[in-house]
Amino acid sequence: MDSDKKKKINRRTFLKGAASTAIAGSAVVTAGCKAKGLLGSSEAFALEFQEYFKKHYRLMTKAEREGTVARLEKLARLKQNITINVDTTEPAEKVLYGYAFNVTRCEGYMECVEACVKENNLDRKSNTQYIRIFEMEHGQMSPDQGDGKYFHMVPAEGHFYMGVQCFQCQNPPCVKACPTKATWMEPDGIVVVDYDWCIGCRYCMAACPYWGRRFNWNQPEIPKEEINKEQHYLGNRKRVKGMMEKCTFCIQRSRKGKLTACAEACPTGARVFGNLLDPDSEIRFVLENKKVYRLKEDLGTDPKFWYFID
Amino acid sequence: MKKDTTSKGLLSFIKDTLLWNLTGSLGYQLYLGILICLMLTGIYGYFIQFKLGLAATNMSNIVSWGFYISNFTFLVGVAAAAVMLILPSYIFNDKDLHKVVIIGEVVAVGALVMCMTFVFVDLGRPLQFWHLIPGIGQLNFPSSLLAWDILVLNGYLALNALIPAYIVFCHYQGKEPVGKYYKPFVFLSIGWAVGIHMVTAFLYQGLPARPFWNNPLLGPRFLASAFAAGPAIISLVLHVVNSRMGYKIDNKIFNKLRIIIVSAAIINLLMLFSEIFKEFYFPTHHSQSAMYLFFGLEGHNSLVPWIWTAISINLIGTIVLAINPFKEKQIFLMPALILLIVGIWIEKGIGLIVPGLVPSPMGEITSYAPSSVELYITVGILGLGMFVVTMLLKPALIIEKKYENEK
Repeated sequence: MDSDKKKKINRRTFLKGAASTAIAGSAVVTAGCKAKGLLGSSEAFALEFQEYFKKHYRLMTKAEREGTVARLEKLARLKQNITINVDTTEPAEKVLYGYAFNVTRCEGYMECVEACVKENNLDRKSNTQYIRIFEMEHGQMSPDQGDGKYFHMVPAEGHFYMGVQCFQCQNPPCVKACPTKATWMEPDGIVVVDYDWCIGCRYCMAACPYWGRRFNWNQPEIPKEEINKEQHYLGNRKRVKGMMEKCTFCIQRSRKGKLTACAEACPTGARVFGNLLDPDSEIRFVLENKKVYRLKEDLGTDPKFWYFID
Repeated sequence: MKKDTTSKGLLSFIKDTLLWNLTGSLGYQLYLGILICLMLTGIYGYFIQFKLGLAATNMSNIVSWGFYISNFTFLVGVAAAAVMLILPSYIFNDKDLHKVVIIGEVVAVGALVMCMTFVFVDLGRPLQFWHLIPGIGQLNFPSSLLAWDILVLNGYLALNALIPAYIVFCHYQGKEPVGKYYKPFVFLSIGWAVGIHMVTAFLYQGLPARPFWNNPLLGPRFLASAFAAGPAIISLVLHVVNSRMGYKIDNKIFNKLRIIIVSAAIINLLMLFSEIFKEFYFPTHHSQSAMYLFFGLEGHNSLVPWIWTAISINLIGTIVLAINPFKEKQIFLMPALILLIVGIWIEKGIGLIVPGLVPSPMGEITSYAPSSVELYITVGILGLGMFVVTMLLKPALIIEKKYENEK
């Protein structure tokens, strides 16, 4: 392993030197390649080569972040012929996001699931979904007793519905488990994944008590015209096979002051999303005035996702 | 034979080892050929998996670890078990076991190579492997138990490769190895062996999300089952060495190993019984995984025949080894050893990993059996392990035998 390490360091330092001109802008690389008469695909290869050696997102300087964003946008244009906008908006001061789910109101239409799939560019091939809706019988309290695969007219008589997604724990076991620090909690409380840094070991998945994470077993496929082009580096940007992903409270929306796609899509108003630190927010009203509860509190993960009953 | 230490440097050592490894009887050549075929099967499987992603396996978002991690867990135990030879031979100065301690260490190296390959093939993005390397990557140490495991396994591999390499090289030169150069590392490796298996157990034990694993008995039970299965595998290797490689191994050694195996196997069975009692005397919501393993849930009972087979052959193997009905002929114990190894392999492999993940935290139940690609790759890794053991063992034993004769 030691010799391997040395080799990698050498390659890396070599690359740093070699790429110092290229890093200023992919235009240089483009010009260089074209001058040599190489094909466009080799240009994409050059970009991907640089992407391979990039740092962990949290260790990048501002210029390095701009560099990778430029490369990702360029790659989307070259490989898929689409124009995307990859955002790197930082968390705002005095913001801690939280979520509340009204068990009385939800009627199981699953509009939220569909909105989430579209907003977050989830794989259509394996039918990946961040949100699960469980149909519960009265007397049940935990989704693991409910039916997560119902397929009939809703709402069904004598049943109620519970939505489950990543609960954005304030003490997240997944973050502790990750061997490469590829997943962490942002200051605004969102647990994110640096997709490019993830090695796909799936230890975070085993550590999650809420089944909040999804793995890309196959190469994800999304019809070109359905790709959401407004993206965030830590949110709905392109993933490839072997990466872990999860709900990010629609980081590409929430950091711009918008509601998450699920909360916006809900036809019954069962979903409440907002800033826990803002005393005038709807979520604070719910927490202060309703009877709220959380799942598996005994595990001490401190989820920022509450259920409440009207 | 006169000693010619000056001319025997590192270069001739490497040359001789290669020569000894490549030459041999027709049977030996055939054996090497088979191992190479096994490895090619693995490479073929990995090629498919690399192209399709882990979708080529039967793992899913529910059973997110499968056959690879099961085998990894079992083999960490085999690697750790070398300590059962090192401890008596170096601490209690047991002359018999000292003669075969190198074989135990070589088996440990083979097991560790397999362990690391199993983890590597389980990665979704193997090309990003360098993200783990401290310095250029980001190792989440000491927070992540997986980071701990990577460190202890590599450390143990270094110890178990370098100590015997030094001793064998000295013997090759006809010199007595200098105690102060390697003895401290021997003592270190004894503690380290316990460490690798405890850390691997903590990998699972440290997850409150999985009640089946989140059990303080897991670590000690890992050690007990390892100290049964590991020496059992070493006994099998010793038998091959004894009958095929012309390196005489005394019946006394087999007997000593048998006693170690029986003691560990009985402790393992006791702990298993304790776990079963806890799960079924007053079944709680957390006993679902055990229910799934032993009786099946909602028609998903693919593991049921496996676990009952495992427990039965575990018991039979232990009883036969304990009673030892063929006092003089140790060879008749080999089938019992194989039963015990297979029993522990099932129980600690797939019988531990899959029920930990089923039912999912959202209560969903599914069945899992390895896909053909997973089987190909596993066969390949097994071939690799046997290849490594053979390549290390053959020259080591030739040198040891020569050294004995010269003395």
